[in-house]
Amino acid sequence: MERHFDEELRELEEQLLRMGALVGEMISLSIKALAQRETGLITVVREKEDEVNRLHIKIDELCLRLLALRQPLAVDLRFITAGLRINSDLERMGDLAVNITDATRPLLEEPPLKPLIDIPRMSEMAANMAKESLNSFLKRDTKLAKAILNQDNEVDYLKDQIFREFLTYMMQDSSTIKRALELILISRHLERIADHACNIAEDVIFMVMGKDIRHPKLQR
Amino acid sequence: MIMEEREKESSSGVKIKAEGVNLYYGRFQALKDVNLEIKERMITSIIGPSGCGKSTLLRCFNRMNDLIDGVRTTGSIVINDQEIMDKKIDLIKLRKKVGMVFQRPNPFPFSIFENIAYGPKVHGQTDKNRLSEMTEESLRSVGLWDEVKDKLRNSALDLSLGQQQRLCIARLLVVKPEVLLMDEPCSALDPIATEGIEELLHSLKKDYTIVIVTHNMQQAARISDETGFMLLGELIEFGSTVKIFTTPSDTRTENYITGRFG
Repeated sequence: MERHFDEELRELEEQLLRMGALVGEMISLSIKALAQRETGLITVVREKEDEVNRLHIKIDELCLRLLALRQPLAVDLRFITAGLRINSDLERMGDLAVNITDATRPLLEEPPLKPLIDIPRMSEMAANMAKESLNSFLKRDTKLAKAILNQDNEVDYLKDQIFREFLTYMMQDSSTIKRALELILISRHLERIADHACNIAEDVIFMVMGKDIRHPKLQR
Repeated sequence: MIMEEREKESSSGVKIKAEGVNLYYGRFQALKDVNLEIKERMITSIIGPSGCGKSTLLRCFNRMNDLIDGVRTTGSIVINDQEIMDKKIDLIKLRKKVGMVFQRPNPFPFSIFENIAYGPKVHGQTDKNRLSEMTEESLRSVGLWDEVKDKLRNSALDLSLGQQQRLCIARLLVVKPEVLLMDEPCSALDPIATEGIEELLHSLKKDYTIVIVTHNMQQAARISDETGFMLLGELIEFGSTVKIFTTPSDTRTENYITGRFG
Protein backbone atom coordinates (compact mmCIF):
# COMPACT_ATOMS: atom_id res chain seq x y z
CA MET A 1 0.00 0.00 0.00
CA GLU A 2 1.44 3.37 -1.05
CA ARG A 3 1.28 5.85 1.81
CA HIS A 4 1.46 9.63 1.64
CA PHE A 5 4.40 9.19 3.99
CA ASP A 6 6.23 7.25 1.25
CA GLU A 7 6.22 10.37 -0.92
CA GLU A 8 7.90 12.31 1.88
CA LEU A 9 10.46 9.56 2.36
CA ARG A 10 11.14 9.62 -1.36
CA GLU A 11 11.71 13.34 -1.18
CA LEU A 12 14.29 12.74 1.55
CA GLU A 13 15.97 10.10 -0.56
CA GLU A 14 16.06 12.37 -3.61
CA GLN A 15 17.59 15.23 -1.65
CA LEU A 16 20.27 12.93 -0.23
CA LEU A 17 21.09 11.59 -3.69
CA ARG A 18 21.27 15.11 -5.06
CA MET A 19 23.62 16.10 -2.27
CA GLY A 20 25.66 12.93 -2.89
CA ALA A 21 25.98 13.76 -6.59
CA LEU A 22 27.22 17.27 -5.75
CA VAL A 23 29.73 15.99 -3.23
CA GLY A 24 30.95 13.43 -5.76
CA GLU A 25 31.56 16.24 -8.25
CA MET A 26 33.40 18.25 -5.61
CA ILE A 27 35.74 15.36 -4.89
CA SER A 28 36.50 14.73 -8.59
CA LEU A 29 36.98 18.44 -9.33
CA SER A 30 39.27 19.02 -6.37
CA ILE A 31 41.56 16.23 -7.52
CA LYS A 32 41.34 17.35 -11.14
CA ALA A 33 42.44 20.81 -10.05
CA LEU A 34 45.54 19.24 -8.49
CA ALA A 35 46.35 16.66 -11.16
CA GLN A 36 45.77 18.96 -14.14
CA ARG A 37 46.94 22.12 -12.34
CA GLU A 38 43.74 24.05 -13.08
CA THR A 39 43.28 26.84 -10.53
CA GLY A 40 39.86 27.74 -12.01
CA LEU A 41 38.35 24.50 -10.74
CA ILE A 42 39.01 25.52 -7.15
CA THR A 43 36.36 28.23 -7.46
CA VAL A 44 33.90 25.73 -8.91
CA VAL A 45 34.38 23.46 -5.87
CA ARG A 46 33.70 26.44 -3.58
CA GLU A 47 30.46 27.26 -5.40
CA LYS A 48 29.26 23.71 -5.06
CA GLU A 49 30.05 23.74 -1.37
CA ASP A 50 27.51 26.52 -0.83
CA GLU A 51 24.83 24.38 -2.41
CA VAL A 52 25.86 21.33 -0.38
CA ASN A 53 25.64 23.37 2.82
CA ARG A 54 22.16 24.55 1.91
CA LEU A 55 21.10 20.95 1.31
CA HIS A 56 22.72 19.89 4.59
CA ILE A 57 20.40 22.20 6.51
CA LYS A 58 17.38 21.41 4.37
CA ILE A 59 17.77 17.64 4.80
CA ASP A 60 18.22 17.96 8.56
CA GLU A 61 15.04 20.01 8.74
CA LEU A 62 13.19 17.46 6.63
CA CYS A 63 14.32 14.58 8.88
CA LEU A 64 13.32 16.43 12.04
CA ARG A 65 9.95 17.26 10.55
CA LEU A 66 9.32 13.63 9.61
CA LEU A 67 10.37 12.42 13.08
CA ALA A 68 8.11 14.92 14.79
CA LEU A 69 5.06 14.68 12.61
CA ARG A 70 5.09 11.05 11.50
CA GLN A 71 6.58 9.38 14.56
CA PRO A 72 8.06 6.72 12.30
CA LEU A 73 8.73 3.16 13.43
CA ALA A 74 10.82 0.20 12.36
CA VAL A 75 12.18 0.46 8.80
CA ASP A 76 10.91 4.05 8.43
CA LEU A 77 12.62 5.05 11.66
CA ARG A 78 15.85 3.42 10.57
CA PHE A 79 15.62 5.09 7.17
CA ILE A 80 15.26 8.57 8.65
CA THR A 81 17.97 8.16 11.28
CA ALA A 82 20.27 6.75 8.60
CA GLY A 83 19.31 9.79 6.50
CA LEU A 84 20.44 12.12 9.29
CA ARG A 85 23.78 10.38 9.56
CA ILE A 86 24.35 10.12 5.82
CA ASN A 87 23.56 13.82 5.59
CA SER A 88 26.34 14.76 7.99
CA ASP A 89 28.75 12.29 6.36
CA LEU A 90 28.13 13.87 2.96
CA GLU A 91 28.60 17.34 4.32
CA ARG A 92 31.93 16.33 5.86
CA MET A 93 32.99 14.78 2.55
CA GLY A 94 32.24 18.09 0.83
CA ASP A 95 34.33 19.93 3.44
CA LEU A 96 37.21 17.54 2.82
CA ALA A 97 37.02 18.23 -0.91
CA VAL A 98 37.34 21.93 -0.02
CA ASN A 99 40.30 21.10 2.22
CA ILE A 100 41.91 19.39 -0.76
CA THR A 101 41.56 22.57 -2.80
CA ASP A 102 43.01 24.60 0.10
CA ALA A 103 46.10 22.39 0.01
CA THR A 104 46.16 22.48 -3.78
CA ARG A 105 46.21 26.25 -4.17
CA PRO A 106 49.78 26.80 -2.80
CA LEU A 107 50.94 23.69 -4.69
CA LEU A 108 49.88 25.21 -7.99
CA GLU A 109 52.01 28.27 -7.34
CA GLU A 110 55.15 26.13 -7.41
CA PRO A 111 56.55 23.61 -9.92
CA PRO A 112 55.28 20.06 -9.43
CA LEU A 113 57.26 17.99 -6.97
CA LYS A 114 56.90 14.84 -9.04
CA PRO A 115 54.39 13.32 -11.44
CA LEU A 116 51.47 12.22 -9.24
CA ILE A 117 50.48 8.55 -9.48
CA ASP A 118 49.32 7.25 -6.13
CA ILE A 119 47.25 10.30 -5.17
CA PRO A 120 45.10 10.18 -8.33
CA ARG A 121 44.73 6.42 -7.79
CA MET A 122 43.69 6.97 -4.22
CA SER A 123 41.29 9.73 -5.17
CA GLU A 124 39.70 7.54 -7.78
CA MET A 125 39.14 4.85 -5.17
CA ALA A 126 37.75 7.27 -2.60
CA ALA A 127 35.45 8.93 -5.12
CA ASN A 128 34.28 5.53 -6.30
CA MET A 129 33.57 4.42 -2.73
CA ALA A 130 31.55 7.59 -2.18
CA LYS A 131 29.55 6.95 -5.33
CA GLU A 132 28.98 3.28 -4.57
CA SER A 133 27.93 4.03 -0.98
CA LEU A 134 25.12 6.17 -2.37
CA ASN A 135 24.25 3.45 -4.86
CA SER A 136 23.98 0.94 -2.03
CA PHE A 137 21.68 3.42 -0.26
CA LEU A 138 19.51 3.90 -3.35
CA LYS A 139 19.26 0.16 -4.06
CA ARG A 140 19.18 -0.95 -0.39
CA ASP A 141 22.06 -3.20 -1.44
CA THR A 142 23.87 -4.59 1.61
CA LYS A 143 26.23 -6.68 -0.52
CA LEU A 144 27.50 -3.57 -2.24
CA ALA A 145 27.74 -1.82 1.14
CA LYS A 146 29.91 -4.64 2.49
CA ALA A 147 32.11 -4.49 -0.62
CA ILE A 148 32.77 -0.81 0.11
CA LEU A 149 33.87 -1.60 3.64
CA ASN A 150 36.37 -4.09 2.23
CA GLN A 151 37.97 -1.43 0.01
CA ASP A 152 38.89 0.75 2.94
CA ASN A 153 42.04 -1.22 3.78
CA GLU A 154 43.41 -0.58 0.31
CA VAL A 155 42.88 3.17 0.69
CA ASP A 156 44.60 3.11 4.08
CA TYR A 157 47.49 1.19 2.55
CA LEU A 158 47.88 3.79 -0.21
CA LYS A 159 47.86 6.59 2.34
CA ASP A 160 50.72 4.94 4.25
CA GLN A 161 52.63 4.38 1.06
CA ILE A 162 52.22 8.03 0.03
CA PHE A 163 53.41 9.11 3.45
CA ARG A 164 56.57 6.98 3.21
CA GLU A 165 57.30 8.23 -0.27
CA PHE A 166 57.06 11.93 0.61
CA LEU A 167 58.98 11.38 3.82
CA THR A 168 61.91 10.24 1.70
CA TYR A 169 61.61 13.36 -0.44
CA MET A 170 61.61 15.61 2.60
CA MET A 171 64.60 13.86 4.13
CA GLN A 172 66.60 14.16 0.96
CA ASP A 173 65.76 17.77 0.11
CA SER A 174 64.32 20.25 2.57
CA SER A 175 63.06 22.50 -0.24
CA THR A 176 60.37 19.86 -0.90
CA ILE A 177 58.97 19.93 2.64
CA LYS A 178 56.18 22.43 2.04
CA ARG A 179 54.88 20.72 -1.09
CA ALA A 180 55.34 17.22 0.32
CA LEU A 181 53.39 18.16 3.45
CA GLU A 182 50.50 19.54 1.41
CA LEU A 183 50.42 16.33 -0.62
CA ILE A 184 50.46 14.21 2.55
CA LEU A 185 47.59 16.30 3.84
CA ILE A 186 45.68 15.71 0.62
CA SER A 187 46.14 11.96 0.98
CA ARG A 188 44.85 12.25 4.52
CA HIS A 189 41.73 14.09 3.29
CA LEU A 190 41.14 11.38 0.70
CA GLU A 191 41.46 8.71 3.36
CA ARG A 192 38.87 10.55 5.46
CA ILE A 193 36.51 10.75 2.48
CA ALA A 194 36.78 6.96 2.13
CA ASP A 195 36.04 6.61 5.87
CA HIS A 196 32.85 8.64 5.47
CA ALA A 197 31.85 6.42 2.53
CA CYS A 198 32.29 3.46 4.90
CA ASN A 199 30.08 5.16 7.50
CA ILE A 200 27.38 5.52 4.86
CA ALA A 201 27.77 1.83 3.94
CA GLU A 202 27.36 0.89 7.62
CA ASP A 203 24.25 3.06 7.83
CA VAL A 204 22.81 1.30 4.79
CA ILE A 205 23.36 -2.09 6.42
CA PHE A 206 21.66 -0.88 9.61
CA MET A 207 18.82 0.65 7.64
CA VAL A 208 18.14 -2.53 5.64
CA MET A 209 18.90 -5.28 8.16
CA GLY A 210 18.50 -3.49 11.48
CA LYS A 211 21.98 -4.70 12.36
CA ASP A 212 24.59 -2.35 13.78
CA ILE A 213 27.94 -3.56 12.45
CA ARG A 214 29.99 -0.60 13.64
CA HIS A 215 32.83 -1.27 16.07
CA PRO A 216 32.91 -5.04 15.57
CA LYS A 217 35.46 -5.57 18.33
CA LEU A 218 33.20 -4.02 20.95
CA GLN A 219 31.72 -6.50 23.42
CA ARG A 220 27.93 -6.16 23.47
CA MET B 1 19.39 4.17 31.56
CA ILE B 2 15.64 3.81 31.68
CA MET B 3 15.63 2.82 28.01
CA GLU B 4 18.37 0.30 28.70
CA GLU B 5 16.29 -1.20 31.45
CA ARG B 6 13.40 -1.51 29.09
CA GLU B 7 15.56 -3.17 26.50
CA LYS B 8 17.38 -5.70 28.61
CA GLU B 9 16.18 -9.27 28.74
CA SER B 10 13.99 -9.46 31.75
CA SER B 11 14.97 -11.82 34.48
CA SER B 12 11.64 -11.49 36.29
CA GLY B 13 9.37 -14.47 36.65
CA VAL B 14 6.64 -15.58 34.33
CA LYS B 15 3.18 -14.65 35.57
CA ILE B 16 1.04 -15.99 32.76
CA LYS B 17 2.05 -18.83 30.48
CA ALA B 18 -0.20 -19.66 27.53
CA GLU B 19 0.47 -22.79 25.51
CA GLY B 20 -1.29 -23.92 22.36
CA VAL B 21 -4.35 -21.76 22.97
CA ASN B 22 -7.08 -22.13 20.33
CA LEU B 23 -10.44 -20.44 20.55
CA TYR B 24 -13.49 -20.90 18.36
CA TYR B 25 -16.61 -18.76 18.08
CA GLY B 26 -18.80 -21.50 16.65
CA ARG B 27 -16.95 -22.58 13.54
CA PHE B 28 -14.79 -19.45 13.34
CA GLN B 29 -11.34 -19.88 14.82
CA ALA B 30 -10.40 -16.63 16.55
CA LEU B 31 -7.15 -17.77 18.18
CA LYS B 32 -4.70 -20.13 16.53
CA ASP B 33 -2.14 -21.97 18.62
CA VAL B 34 -1.11 -18.97 20.70
CA ASN B 35 1.97 -19.45 22.89
CA LEU B 36 3.35 -16.70 25.08
CA GLU B 37 4.76 -15.82 28.44
CA ILE B 38 3.72 -12.65 30.24
CA LYS B 39 6.30 -11.57 32.76
CA GLU B 40 5.61 -10.48 36.29
CA ARG B 41 5.52 -6.77 37.15
CA MET B 42 5.90 -5.62 33.60
CA ILE B 43 3.62 -3.99 31.08
CA THR B 44 2.97 -6.22 28.11
CA SER B 45 1.03 -4.82 25.19
CA ILE B 46 -0.78 -6.71 22.49
CA ILE B 47 -1.20 -4.91 19.19
CA GLY B 48 -2.74 -5.82 15.87
CA PRO B 49 -5.49 -4.79 13.44
CA SER B 50 -9.19 -4.97 14.36
CA GLY B 51 -10.42 -8.53 14.56
CA CYS B 52 -6.96 -10.06 15.01
CA GLY B 53 -7.97 -11.70 18.27
CA LYS B 54 -6.10 -9.47 20.71
CA SER B 55 -9.12 -8.71 22.92
CA THR B 56 -10.19 -12.35 22.70
CA LEU B 57 -6.76 -13.40 23.94
CA LEU B 58 -6.92 -10.86 26.76
CA ARG B 59 -10.32 -12.17 27.84
CA CYS B 60 -8.88 -15.71 28.03
CA PHE B 61 -6.71 -14.63 30.95
CA ASN B 62 -9.69 -14.24 33.27
CA ARG B 63 -12.07 -16.53 31.40
CA MET B 64 -14.34 -13.69 30.32
CA ASN B 65 -15.00 -15.52 27.06
CA ASP B 66 -17.02 -18.05 29.09
CA LEU B 67 -19.79 -15.44 29.12
CA ILE B 68 -20.17 -15.65 25.34
CA ASP B 69 -22.35 -18.40 23.86
CA GLY B 70 -20.77 -20.92 21.54
CA VAL B 71 -17.19 -20.30 22.58
CA ARG B 72 -14.87 -23.26 22.77
CA THR B 73 -11.30 -23.00 24.00
CA THR B 74 -8.45 -25.50 24.03
CA GLY B 75 -4.88 -25.35 25.26
CA SER B 76 -3.37 -24.31 28.55
CA ILE B 77 -3.12 -21.03 30.43
CA VAL B 78 -1.23 -21.13 33.70
CA ILE B 79 -1.31 -18.19 36.10
CA ASN B 80 0.81 -18.58 39.26
CA ASP B 81 1.23 -22.30 38.62
CA GLN B 82 -2.54 -22.77 38.42
CA GLU B 83 -4.21 -24.04 35.25
CA ILE B 84 -7.04 -21.58 34.73
CA MET B 85 -8.57 -23.45 31.80
CA ASP B 86 -9.62 -26.08 34.32
CA LYS B 87 -13.43 -26.15 34.33
CA LYS B 88 -13.48 -26.52 38.11
CA ILE B 89 -11.62 -23.39 39.09
CA ASP B 90 -13.42 -20.69 41.06
CA LEU B 91 -14.08 -17.92 38.54
CA ILE B 92 -14.88 -15.33 41.21
CA LYS B 93 -11.49 -15.91 42.79
CA LEU B 94 -9.80 -15.86 39.40
CA ARG B 95 -11.37 -12.55 38.43
CA LYS B 96 -10.48 -11.06 41.80
CA LYS B 97 -6.87 -11.95 41.11
CA VAL B 98 -7.03 -11.03 37.41
CA GLY B 99 -9.00 -7.80 37.05
CA MET B 100 -10.09 -6.07 33.89
CA VAL B 101 -10.52 -2.49 32.67
CA PHE B 102 -12.57 -1.81 29.57
CA GLN B 103 -12.62 0.61 26.67
CA ARG B 104 -15.30 2.87 28.03
CA PRO B 105 -15.16 3.64 31.74
CA ASN B 106 -18.02 1.71 33.33
CA PRO B 107 -18.51 2.96 36.89
CA PHE B 108 -21.59 1.66 38.71
CA PRO B 109 -24.37 4.26 38.90
CA PHE B 110 -23.56 4.77 42.59
CA SER B 111 -21.53 7.27 44.56
CA ILE B 112 -17.74 7.37 44.19
CA PHE B 113 -17.40 5.76 47.63
CA GLU B 114 -19.87 2.96 46.85
CA ASN B 115 -18.05 2.18 43.60
CA ILE B 116 -14.84 1.46 45.48
CA ALA B 117 -16.46 -0.18 48.53
CA TYR B 118 -18.57 -2.51 46.37
CA GLY B 119 -15.78 -5.05 45.76
CA PRO B 120 -14.63 -5.39 49.39
CA LYS B 121 -18.29 -5.65 50.50
CA VAL B 122 -18.94 -8.48 48.04
CA HIS B 123 -15.86 -10.19 49.39
CA GLY B 124 -17.16 -9.86 52.96
CA GLN B 125 -15.74 -6.62 54.33
CA THR B 126 -18.31 -4.86 56.56
CA ASP B 127 -16.22 -2.65 58.86
CA LYS B 128 -17.06 0.94 57.87
CA ASN B 129 -13.75 2.42 59.04
CA ARG B 130 -11.84 -0.24 57.18
CA LEU B 131 -13.90 0.45 54.05
CA SER B 132 -13.09 4.17 54.30
CA GLU B 133 -9.41 3.44 54.67
CA MET B 134 -9.44 1.09 51.72
CA THR B 135 -11.29 3.64 49.60
CA GLU B 136 -8.79 6.37 50.38
CA GLU B 137 -5.85 4.09 49.77
CA SER B 138 -7.05 2.91 46.38
CA LEU B 139 -8.12 6.39 45.25
CA ARG B 140 -4.69 7.68 46.23
CA SER B 141 -2.93 4.98 44.28
CA VAL B 142 -4.67 6.13 41.08
CA GLY B 143 -4.07 9.80 41.87
CA LEU B 144 -7.76 10.57 42.28
CA TRP B 145 -8.00 11.18 46.04
CA ASP B 146 -7.22 14.90 46.04
CA GLU B 147 -9.67 15.50 43.21
CA VAL B 148 -12.63 13.67 44.81
CA LYS B 149 -12.07 13.53 48.57
CA ASP B 150 -14.72 16.21 49.22
CA LYS B 151 -17.34 14.61 47.02
CA LEU B 152 -17.17 10.91 47.79
CA ARG B 153 -20.97 10.81 48.05
CA ASN B 154 -21.47 12.34 44.60
CA SER B 155 -22.40 10.09 41.73
CA ALA B 156 -19.42 8.54 39.96
CA LEU B 157 -21.14 9.37 36.69
CA ASP B 158 -20.50 13.09 37.29
CA LEU B 159 -16.75 12.60 36.97
CA SER B 160 -14.90 13.31 33.72
CA LEU B 161 -14.20 10.27 31.55
CA GLY B 162 -10.54 10.27 32.54
CA GLN B 163 -11.48 10.37 36.22
CA GLN B 164 -14.07 7.63 35.68
CA GLN B 165 -11.44 5.40 34.11
CA ARG B 166 -9.09 5.98 37.03
CA LEU B 167 -11.99 5.22 39.37
CA CYS B 168 -12.52 1.91 37.56
CA ILE B 169 -8.85 1.10 38.05
CA ALA B 170 -9.11 2.05 41.75
CA ARG B 171 -12.16 -0.24 42.00
CA LEU B 172 -9.96 -3.10 40.79
CA LEU B 173 -7.00 -2.30 43.01
CA VAL B 174 -9.07 -2.30 46.19
CA VAL B 175 -9.62 -6.06 45.93
CA LYS B 176 -5.84 -6.63 45.64
CA PRO B 177 -5.50 -8.22 42.23
CA GLU B 178 -2.16 -9.43 40.84
CA VAL B 179 -2.84 -8.99 37.15
CA LEU B 180 -4.54 -6.05 35.44
CA LEU B 181 -6.01 -6.67 32.00
CA MET B 182 -6.74 -3.52 30.03
CA ASP B 183 -8.74 -3.55 26.85
CA GLU B 184 -8.12 -0.24 25.05
CA PRO B 185 -8.31 1.67 28.35
CA CYS B 186 -7.64 5.06 26.72
CA SER B 187 -9.58 4.88 23.50
CA ALA B 188 -12.47 6.93 24.92
CA LEU B 189 -10.17 9.48 26.55
CA ASP B 190 -8.63 12.76 25.41
CA PRO B 191 -4.81 13.08 25.18
CA ILE B 192 -4.41 14.64 28.63
CA ALA B 193 -6.49 11.94 30.34
CA THR B 194 -4.63 9.34 28.26
CA GLU B 195 -1.33 10.65 29.54
CA GLY B 196 -2.71 10.44 33.08
CA ILE B 197 -3.61 6.77 32.64
CA GLU B 198 -0.25 5.99 31.04
CA GLU B 199 1.60 7.60 33.95
CA LEU B 200 -0.61 5.65 36.32
CA LEU B 201 0.16 2.34 34.59
CA HIS B 202 3.83 3.14 34.80
CA SER B 203 3.59 3.64 38.56
CA LEU B 204 1.41 0.53 39.03
CA LYS B 205 3.77 -1.85 37.30
CA LYS B 206 6.03 -2.14 40.32
CA ASP B 207 3.20 -3.98 42.09
CA TYR B 208 1.13 -5.48 39.28
CA THR B 209 1.48 -7.43 36.09
CA ILE B 210 -0.26 -5.42 33.39
CA VAL B 211 -1.46 -6.64 30.00
CA ILE B 212 -2.85 -3.98 27.70
CA VAL B 213 -4.55 -4.30 24.34
CA THR B 214 -4.24 -1.15 22.30
CA HIS B 215 -4.85 0.16 18.82
CA ASN B 216 -2.50 2.99 19.55
CA MET B 217 0.96 1.81 18.61
CA GLN B 218 2.64 4.88 20.00
CA GLN B 219 0.99 4.07 23.30
CA ALA B 220 2.32 0.51 23.22
CA ALA B 221 5.75 1.91 22.35
CA ARG B 222 5.60 4.46 25.17
CA ILE B 223 4.47 2.32 28.04
CA SER B 224 5.14 -1.37 27.52
CA ASP B 225 8.20 -3.48 28.22
CA GLU B 226 7.19 -6.28 25.91
CA THR B 227 4.93 -6.29 22.89
CA GLY B 228 3.13 -8.98 20.94
CA PHE B 229 1.80 -8.50 17.43
CA MET B 230 -1.26 -10.50 16.40
CA LEU B 231 -2.74 -11.05 12.96
CA LEU B 232 -5.75 -13.19 12.02
CA GLY B 233 -5.73 -15.03 15.34
CA GLU B 234 -2.02 -15.78 15.35
CA LEU B 235 0.65 -14.30 17.56
CA ILE B 236 3.11 -13.32 14.85
CA GLU B 237 5.88 -11.85 16.92
CA PHE B 238 6.55 -11.31 20.59
CA GLY B 239 9.52 -9.62 22.18
CA SER B 240 10.97 -6.53 23.80
CA THR B 241 9.07 -3.38 22.83
CA VAL B 242 12.26 -1.65 21.77
CA LYS B 243 13.09 -4.50 19.40
CA ILE B 244 9.56 -4.74 17.96
CA PHE B 245 9.40 -1.03 17.20
CA THR B 246 12.92 -0.55 15.85
CA THR B 247 13.93 -3.83 14.25
CA PRO B 248 11.02 -6.29 14.07
CA SER B 249 11.93 -9.72 12.71
CA ASP B 250 8.76 -10.47 10.76
CA THR B 251 7.81 -8.51 7.63
CA ARG B 252 4.14 -8.64 8.67
CA THR B 253 4.98 -6.90 11.95
CA GLU B 254 7.03 -4.33 10.10
CA ASN B 255 4.27 -3.68 7.58
CA TYR B 256 1.68 -3.24 10.31
CA ILE B 257 3.61 -0.93 12.60
CA THR B 258 4.75 1.25 9.73
CA GLY B 259 1.15 1.59 8.58
CA ARG B 260 1.53 -0.32 5.33
CA PHE B 261 -1.65 -2.22 6.12
CA GLY B 262 -4.24 -2.55 8.86
